[in-house]
Order: sequence, then structure tokens, then C-alpha cells
Amino acid sequence: MSEPLILGIESSCDETGIGIVRGNDLLANEVASSMEQHIRFGGVVPEVASRAHLEAVVPVLEAAVASAGIDLSELDGIAVTAGPGLMGALVVGLSAAKALAAWLNKPLYGVNHLAGHVAVDLLEHGDLPMPCGALLVSGGHTSLLKVTSIADGITEIGSTIDDAAGEAYDKVARLLGLPYPGGPVIDKAAARGNPAAIHFPRGLTARHDMAKHRFDYSFSGLKTSVSRWVETEQQAGREVPVDDVAAGFQEAVADVLTAKAVDLCGYYGLEHFLIGGGVAANSRLRTLLAERMEDAGVELRRPRPGLCTDNGAMIAALGVQVVKAGLRPSALDISADSGLPVGNVLV
Amino acid sequence: MTPSQTRSDLARADRIAGSGWTLGVDTSTAVCVGLARGDEVISLRDDNPRAHAERLMPLVEQVCRQAGIAVGEISEIAVGVGPGPYTGLRVGVVTGRVLAHLGGTEPHPVCSLDVLARQWADSGTAPAEGFIVATDARRHELYWARYDAAGDRLDGPQVGKPETLPDGVPVGGPGCAARGLVPAQGAPETLDAGLLAACWRRLPDVGIEPLYLRDPDATAPTTRKATLTPTRLTLPAVRPAAADPR
Ligand SMILES: [Zn+2]
Repeated sequence: MSEPLILGIESSCDETGIGIVRGNDLLANEVASSMEQHIRFGGVVPEVASRAHLEAVVPVLEAAVASAGIDLSELDGIAVTAGPGLMGALVVGLSAAKALAAWLNKPLYGVNHLAGHVAVDLLEHGDLPMPCGALLVSGGHTSLLKVTSIADGITEIGSTIDDAAGEAYDKVARLLGLPYPGGPVIDKAAARGNPAAIHFPRGLTARHDMAKHRFDYSFSGLKTSVSRWVETEQQAGREVPVDDVAAGFQEAVADVLTAKAVDLCGYYGLEHFLIGGGVAANSRLRTLLAERMEDAGVELRRPRPGLCTDNGAMIAALGVQVVKAGLRPSALDISADSGLPVGNVLV
Repeated sequence: MTPSQTRSDLARADRIAGSGWTLGVDTSTAVCVGLARGDEVISLRDDNPRAHAERLMPLVEQVCRQAGIAVGEISEIAVGVGPGPYTGLRVGVVTGRVLAHLGGTEPHPVCSLDVLARQWADSGTAPAEGFIVATDARRHELYWARYDAAGDRLDGPQVGKPETLPDGVPVGGPGCAARGLVPAQGAPETLDAGLLAACWRRLPDVGIEPLYLRDPDATAPTTRKATLTPTRLTLPAVRPAAADPR
């Protein structure tokens, strides 16, 4: 039997993505982003994102089908992000997927966005050896996972107890007077600064925190610490070294993210580790994680940045895994779930 | 519609064009679907106000089963583009757009209030002096438009508090119950998507974008919460954040 041919739809945040995948082969990955429309608001505005999804769905679908060179009737199923994400945004993609499934008379698979970030690596590096650890970092999530099967064996071991890592980047960028989104601009400024010039705290790494939050993250204290440091400099009438602050902040984020990832691998005896999500494109995080995983003897898998950010191919790739695992399709009356737990791969 | 066409011409055109089934979809209020072919009309509705994404496609499948066709055999799609609460409204609009695309046609967009007005006018009970159709806009407001006795729109659609409606004009539509207004006798209480499917050619094309009527709830930061003023800093060479244009 040939490999499943799946179309995947993603609309959980500000990207409308439609991808088409056959087995582990990526045939199309079209993404329309409404990021430009959110910049002036300093963050993703759910209603603005939802309106943009509605306008983007049909054009992105057309583009994906054209670039894959397939006929929709060949599909073995439609996969769609059912959660987690912004409710109004999820509902647009989910409704489009249901319409496709009903018209084409194909099975529908409502799947978990976070599991999609894991599955996307298969498109680049082939089947994932199990068990495997994963770090998902973006503006919306910061999670450490243990994966024994992509379709039905994902466990969240730790996550952020306050801000997501990407949110911390946005907030620190803002207090440094840098534009939104914060990730790329801080990465750029940090490259010019000295990461050792200012030491910022690593959240949840103190001994008493490690007892309860060994694999959890916290970034709100880091943000407050950066804010205080900057205020002190200003009050003393000194010019704030933005590049050094950015570098010190980025180092603190990358240090704690990677340290806990390595700890996870040691704790569970994992020999393979994967990173995903928009913040996975951060240069310092990629470098430091590669160094530390190599030292720990763990194989690191890093999908290229274009696959790390939200897209439809990751949802299609996950759909393939779900079909191959023989799981039952979703009913046509499934709901979007803005808080869908990562353990629920299929709705 | 051109001014030279008469109503009976158009009604006849409705019947002649109906060699296949037209699907009507409207999620501006409840979940409303219908199928029409010539004089055959089927209407279904689900009144759960918070389950548009869940209920719409099962209801489309059900109406197709009743007509004895597969969803993929629908010929034309007419879709109500509101006004209506956004998340629910978009469910119908995106569904209409995707189904039409799959069928190789363009969706036919109509104002949802126009459908209710057409129902009222066609029922023969519409007030001779004209009327207002209103639906629930939440936040203690109504979406509304004003019509003549024949059901042609004179004013609107707009959104506002019930007390801003013109005085002395009979009001009807699902918004009355939601906002505590007394509806005029004979006014439709629910939208009939079967009629929408049957009569979209007699309604004005309002464009495929939803009639949102309100701007998104979002305010650009007027004073940036920056601890630093950018002028005092040596900024990296990046594009500055857009100033508030509003
Ligand atoms: Zn994501």
C-alpha cells in the first residue's frame, strides 16, 4: 500500500497554513501570515488574525494544491489543527477542513498543534527514533515533551508556569524600545552585544524550585529583572547598552531552555532530541542546544526554520502518523479546543 | 439585478436556473442550512448559539441526505455574510467559500438581514409602512436594517443600541427576543436558509466579505510601555514599530 496522502490545515494563531504530505514527503507548504497587521498593536490581535484567516483560506488552498500537483480526489484524509490556539482563529481552519472532508467524502482528523511541531521533523529527517525528547518554544508555548509515539504517545513533562519564551522576547524588546516581534530583533542586537556583560537570572533553577519544577520554565522574573536593571542604569544617568542587555537576556533564555532539555534527556535516558516552534529559529538557542546535546551524547534534530514556525505541512505530517497508526477519524461535529492538552493528539 | 428586470422575471429565472440544488448557509444567528431546486425547498436549523463550528457541516450533510444527494453534488452556494457575531458568522462564510471553490463556482453572498426581510415580505404580513429587521449583536446591541413593505432595503445594515432604532417603525427578527423588544405581528423569528437558497437572485449582492460593522477590539499602544525612549539609545538598525495611525 502506498503512503497516505494528507492535506493539513493550520490556523491556530496568525499563520494560515496548508500543506500536503505523502508519507514523509513534503509536496506543498503554503503559508499566509497576518503578522504585518499585528505589528502596530505590539502583539497578535485575535480578531485581526481570525479575519485574515478567512480571507486567506481559499487562496492558500489553491496555491497548495497547485504546487503539490495533485488532485484533491486523491487525498486519503484532511488533517486540521483542533487546538490549542486562539478560538476564533482555530474555528476558521476547522470549518474549512470540515467542508473539504464532507465535499470530498474523505476522513477528517482534528489534531493537536503541538504534536504537529514534533511530526514536522519527519519531513526533513525521516522517521523519528523512539523514545525521543522535544522542546517546543514559540510565542504561545514552551514545553518539554517525552515522545514514545507521535500518534499516541506524547507526554508533557514540563512547561512554562507564566510567559512563553517568545512572549518574554516581545516584552523585553518593548522595554528596550525595540519593535514587535521581539525574537528576531533581540537575536540581531544580541549578536553585537556581550552575553557575559550582564548576568540575568535563570528561572526555576534554584534548589528549592528544582524539587517541584525541575522541568518547568518561568520567564516573568527574568523580564522583571531586565526591566529593573535598565531602570537603574537610567536613574544613574548612564546610557543603556541595548546590545549587551539583549545578549545577556538571550543568554539567560537559551541557557535555561537548553540546560533543562539536557537534564530531561539524562533523567529519562533519551538519546534523541528534537526542537520546534518559532523560537527554535533563534540562533543562540540553536547553537547552544547543539553544543550541549553533543556533549551529552544526544542526537539533536532541528527542522529548518521554515518548518519550525507554524505551517500546514506539520499538521499534514501528523495526519500521516495518525492514519498509519490506524486511529479512527474525527467526527464532523468536533469542536476546536483552545486549551487542548498536548497528550490529546487526535480529537 | 438590473432595474429593467421585474420581480416575476426574476422569480421565473430562479426556477429555470434551478436544474441543480442550491445550498443556502447562514450562521449570522443560529446555524441555518437549506437546499432549494425549483419549487422544492428544504430548511434545517440548529438553535445552539455557540456551536456553529460543530453543527454546521453535520446539518449540511443531513439536508443533502434529505434531498438524496451527496454534499459534492451541490450546484450553487448562497451564503449569508451577516452582520452577525464574528466567530459564528465566519463559520458559515468560510464553509460557503470552500464548498463553492470545490464546486468550481463563486459563492453568492447576501446580507442576512435581507433574507429575514424577504421572509417577512413574502409572508404577506409585512407592515404597509415598512419595517426594521434586527438580530442580536451581543454587548446589548442589535444589528439592524430598514426595509419598505416589499422587503427592499432602505437603510443599513448598522449596529447600535435598541434605543437608537428609528421611532415608530415596526420591528421584527431574532434580535427582538434577545434584546427584549416586542416584535411586530407576523415578523419572522428565525432565518430560513431554504428561502435563502431559493431566492438569492432576488437579493442584492453585498460582496463576499462578512459585514463586520465593528472594528476589531484592539488598540494600538498610544504611549509605548517602553522603559526607555528610543531617542536616548543607540538602536540596532531595524524597522521601528509603526506609530498609531488611528
Ligand atoms: Zn506553534
